[in-house]
Amino acid sequence: MAKFQSLQEAVADNLRDGDTVAFEGFTHLIPHAAAHEVIRQGIKDLTLIRMTPDIIYDQLIGMGLVKKVVFSYAGNPGVGLLRRMRDAIENGWPRAIETEEHSHAAMANAYEAGAAGLPCAVFRGYRGAGLKEVNPSIKSITCPFTGEELAAVPAHRPDAAVIHAQKANRRGDVLVEGIIGVQKEAVLASKRSVVTVEEIVEDFDDLHPNLCVLPHWTVSSIAHVPGGAHPSYTHGYYDRDNAAYLEWDKISADRDLFTAWIKENVLEAGPEAFSSRVKGL
Amino acid sequence: MTNLSDFTPNEMMTIAAARALSNDDVCFVGIGAPSAACNVARLTHAPDITLIYESGTIGTAPNVLPLSIGDGELCETAVTTVSVPEMFRYWLQGGRISIGFLGAAQLDRFGNINTTVIGDYHKPKVRLPGGGGAPEIATSCRQVFITMKQTTRGMVDKIDFYTSFGHGEGGNHRERLGITTKGPTLLITDLAIWKPDPETKEFTVVSMHRGVTRDQIQETCGWKVRFSDRLEETPPPSELELTTLRELQARTERAHGGRKGA
Repeated sequence: MAKFQSLQEAVADNLRDGDTVAFEGFTHLIPHAAAHEVIRQGIKDLTLIRMTPDIIYDQLIGMGLVKKVVFSYAGNPGVGLLRRMRDAIENGWPRAIETEEHSHAAMANAYEAGAAGLPCAVFRGYRGAGLKEVNPSIKSITCPFTGEELAAVPAHRPDAAVIHAQKANRRGDVLVEGIIGVQKEAVLASKRSVVTVEEIVEDFDDLHPNLCVLPHWTVSSIAHVPGGAHPSYTHGYYDRDNAAYLEWDKISADRDLFTAWIKENVLEAGPEAFSSRVKGL
Repeated sequence: MTNLSDFTPNEMMTIAAARALSNDDVCFVGIGAPSAACNVARLTHAPDITLIYESGTIGTAPNVLPLSIGDGELCETAVTTVSVPEMFRYWLQGGRISIGFLGAAQLDRFGNINTTVIGDYHKPKVRLPGGGGAPEIATSCRQVFITMKQTTRGMVDKIDFYTSFGHGEGGNHRERLGITTKGPTLLITDLAIWKPDPETKEFTVVSMHRGVTRDQIQETCGWKVRFSDRLEETPPPSELELTTLRELQARTERAHGGRKGA
């Protein structure tokens, strides 16, 4: 049953040291404010699952909170590489991290299998691909009906999922629209979930009946954080802050610059700062 | 004012790539150079082409090139937007896509692509972003087009990692792995158009862009280049093609504050 909480309480109640956590949002609706709250609380030794790690995982990794990353595309979308993640992989700074690398198809299937309560995902994938030689969790399975060899990966079953969404209603049902990514699957695959929203409305009575809605009893905690996806975007609310993504390339290129940026913009700021960051976008 | 005699190699590459697409194609658009080509095709000779980005946007028609594969405009202009699992399961794996259009950090002569690491996987010299959707795009789309600028660092004798499978070691390697799709059938660079040899599957230059020499193609390629016996010259950009591309890029730069888009 969804509880309405402050972001600080929602993160403290649902994420613990050593947890496996999936922050999702495919370019759109990336839960930046919630990731910053994790940094402020110093929740550590995390195994992070995410199709496209991008800036939020760069930040969590750069702060030394991450033990392992399970991912399928580790880039700064439209800009380039993830420099903090690379520093951790190539140089062990500030700590070495383990990686488990998949394709998008495998990650999406693994979330869906988790949501479906299955132990593994089966799909036609990884044929001829190098990842199955270096990732021991990529296996194959033979179709008992046709004999076709298919790829199999373990289902994602995170301790917690963290997402950002447009709206919650008073009861705690959550609406996600636009590019919906894998957020529904990530929440349904996880034991607990934190959802930050742009807006809390009375009810969803005037919505189209097929919109992507997570019923209140599938969500653990909801926090009202306007602008909480910035510099990602929220369809219908504000656009992507492309300049911030470009800026991140410079900030993340230097350890000291990164540390100073985190101090000023994360450690000494709070979730309320996000609403002003999206003004004019 | 469009100056037709003064096009750049990059413009030629994008336009040659756009020409390879047709109106009834369903095209899975990769990050980077492919996106410009696919949208030029849509804005010129292929207005009904279906462009799909892996963020789940099907039949999208952006006015400017997206900076990321999940820009809001892709969703706003799409026929429909589906979840990412649905994208990969029903639409890609389901065999609905005629062309997968990929870029490459490293490419070999058989169309195998590396966007994962330079050096050893476990001790990489450079950790690249990784494959994203490419491993399955390369094997589930009916055919694959590749576009990239020629450099000896990019077009190499041996790639460091098989992010996505092209023709493997050549010949019938795809068949031997049970892959029934055609794989890479076309490579468009800033200097030439390449097609795989029907037997060996090695990329062979079939058309050189205007003003390009065989030496230039060899100097910017890390393997010994084969040229077709019936080598052609790529027709230079038409006024419509060049104007469309330049206007698209100008709109994109205005929208993204100087960035060219993906």
